[in-house]
Amino acid sequence: MQVNEYKPLIVAFCCNWCSYAGADLAGNNRLNYPADVKIIRVPCSCRVNPMFVLRAFQRGADGVILCGCHPGDCHYTSGNYYTRRRMTLLFSMLDYLGIERERTRLEWVSAAEGAKFAATMNDFAEKIKALGENKRLEDLRCKK
Amino acid sequence: MFKCSIDSINSIFEKLASNATLYLPADKDGRAEYTKWENGTEWSDALNTVKSPKDFFFPQVQDLMKFKVSGKSISVDDIRKESEDFIVFGVRACDVRSFDILDRVFLVEPYDSYYASSREHGVIISVACTRPTETCFCKTFGIDCTNPGGDISVWKTEDSLYWQANTEKGEKLLSSLGLEECDESAVEAQKESTKKILDKLPLANLTTDGFGGGKTKELFDRPEWKSLSESCLGCGTCTFVCPTCQCYDVKDFNTGNEIIRFRCWDSCMYSDFTKMAHGNNRISQVERFRQRFMHKLVYYPENNDGIFGCVGCGRCLAKCPISMNIAKVMRTMGGNEE
Amino acid sequence: MQKITRNALIEKAASLLENGSVCAVLGWRKGEFDYDVTPSVFTTTEDLNAEFVWNDFCGANFSKYLIQKTRKAEGKLLVFLKPCDTYSFNQLLTEHRFDREKVYVVGIPCEGMADINKVREAVGDGISEIECGEKIAVSTIYSDEKILIDPKDVLAERCINCKSKKHVAFDELLGEDGDVIENARFDEVAKLEAMTPDERFAFWQNELSRCIRCNACRDVCPACTCEKCVFDNPKSGVENKAPANEFEEKMFHIIRAFHVAGRCTDCGECSRVCPQHIPLHLLNRKFIKDINEFYGDYQAGAEVGSRAPLVNYTEGDLEPSEAFERRGE
Repeated sequence: MQVNEYKPLIVAFCCNWCSYAGADLAGNNRLNYPADVKIIRVPCSCRVNPMFVLRAFQRGADGVILCGCHPGDCHYTSGNYYTRRRMTLLFSMLDYLGIERERTRLEWVSAAEGAKFAATMNDFAEKIKALGENKRLEDLRCKK
Repeated sequence: MFKCSIDSINSIFEKLASNATLYLPADKDGRAEYTKWENGTEWSDALNTVKSPKDFFFPQVQDLMKFKVSGKSISVDDIRKESEDFIVFGVRACDVRSFDILDRVFLVEPYDSYYASSREHGVIISVACTRPTETCFCKTFGIDCTNPGGDISVWKTEDSLYWQANTEKGEKLLSSLGLEECDESAVEAQKESTKKILDKLPLANLTTDGFGGGKTKELFDRPEWKSLSESCLGCGTCTFVCPTCQCYDVKDFNTGNEIIRFRCWDSCMYSDFTKMAHGNNRISQVERFRQRFMHKLVYYPENNDGIFGCVGCGRCLAKCPISMNIAKVMRTMGGNEE
Repeated sequence: MQKITRNALIEKAASLLENGSVCAVLGWRKGEFDYDVTPSVFTTTEDLNAEFVWNDFCGANFSKYLIQKTRKAEGKLLVFLKPCDTYSFNQLLTEHRFDREKVYVVGIPCEGMADINKVREAVGDGISEIECGEKIAVSTIYSDEKILIDPKDVLAERCINCKSKKHVAFDELLGEDGDVIENARFDEVAKLEAMTPDERFAFWQNELSRCIRCNACRDVCPACTCEKCVFDNPKSGVENKAPANEFEEKMFHIIRAFHVAGRCTDCGECSRVCPQHIPLHLLNRKFIKDINEFYGDYQAGAEVGSRAPLVNYTEGDLEPSEAFERRGE
């Protein structure tokens, strides 16, 4: 019998140069990570502006994770340093508004870290599953 | 005319709320807003709510229809529903007039069925003013705030409430309340004293001289528009607190599953107001600013038997971030024709 | 009560107008009542004498007007700036939003501005006259007596926690310059931070639900100077004219505050103009507080040309997850 298990929707913004390649490697190595994670490839983690994160939540995401090159390794030299400041402030603001802080995360994943990518996604998905549906930053019109 | 003691007000609210949803101004965080009445909700003494009761008939956001695309076919979902019965209690005379002004826009061809439905199912119970404030100028537009109109008018004195039905709808509701009948002279004294206060108001001498239908040519190119609008921020505060502003925009929202077509209030102060395929009619803030006041003071009366599109509620006077408002425009532009 | 008099300001403006050093003056124009002053341009001494106002209700910050007004001006523009306004002025200069050469800044001391809503709360309806002096004397149509109010009791929210009486930009100063003030402006933010997420959520839900999206907070903000705001641009995909639901309310206010993070000087105009009295400054101050805690004290506009924290970095910046830990949570 099929049990209606809650399946979270997770949006992962991955930088083209490191994290996306890391996800690729995870796939090549047949490492499991949840199918609930939907990857959006961006040229650099710095391409993600706060609106992207909010829009992901609006369209039904239960968690949003950003992955970029390790500090110092950015393909564009310093993009991820800006990302770090930006997301630190944004996540802190979301928390200030009472939105669960576990719903957002920033991780550094290099092209060689397929295993880290899979582990990160597994862990994040677990956390989101435990949190349940995103109720505080949802747009009811977008719910089916 | 009917009478009841002020102490029985809660039981009357209870009666009113038993058949329809009752809304009345209640204080929240120090400001009055129309609130759904529940046992214990206190009727606010405030002269005016921040947002006008326009919302009940013409809400800020209103879904019109939905589209769904599946394969090559598009289905249109008519989501119109008959409005439920509701009562708005505590509406001031100025806001009551605003419904007449909106009616003349929405209830003529092309007939607005969304608006009509809520108009039909809503009962307006007005309350006479006793303490007008300095921003009030309803008298300028011929509104008598001591005879507020609506379906039922209510006068509040220290110990009693006096009720009078003005329409069939109002009569039906009033008779169901089972109030004690009384003489109409009971509120005369109060009316007189309010009228004396009205004469003392700083805007009491504000007139509509120089405005009205047919004045477009005279007023449109007046140089004063420029200086009046020079510091306008282009925000929508005046239009969104206004009980008579009726411009709206129709927009589509893609939910990912379907398209929701909705309308929302628009403001002539916004840069994309009436933007069309060819661009924008009014490209500068002067033009947009002028539009707001010309609409209320010239175009509207021209199309509606001389009735002005402003009711003098004073909300924009109190709320404009830079304190530019219709009263200042009328003072500057009116009455001094060359 | 303001230390500098209206006459002193008019005298200064008139003399600069007459000797041709400036072609116009940005000042506050008299309204229908004693408190509804409008920012305006004056070009003649007669006009100044007749309609220029300087009292406890001259809260409007002129810095943002300079962008538009200097574009058209043929000569120099005289602008009166209160200490907090000078921070916005510097910030706009840092962002190259107007030509400094076209502005003549006269710094004026400020003792704090009054909030008309608080005056109304104190005296009730029907204000017919307000005289600003040691005490604010209010006459109403309902009483023959003048009601005296201590200006301190009706001080605008932003002035209660005034951050500085020091002018950080001026060509000329009238009166004495003050100092940066120790203040408690982050206390309220800290109070919110100390609440549980559920309480915070309820607090903001209640506050933001009143928003009518009039955009006054954005349009008055000296840091919000985009030619076309993303929320006004139909091509942006997020344009919305009205908050259709709770999500859109939050989105607008998060993005509005975020976009000025690191550039907001905390002038408090957003909260002053909000018709619904939403404490918007608490969003902006949250960013300022975070920036101070995470990246070192930074006051936007304190000096021209400083690099804003969000367009800057160090290799050792903390991670988002560490940010929460640092606050000891």
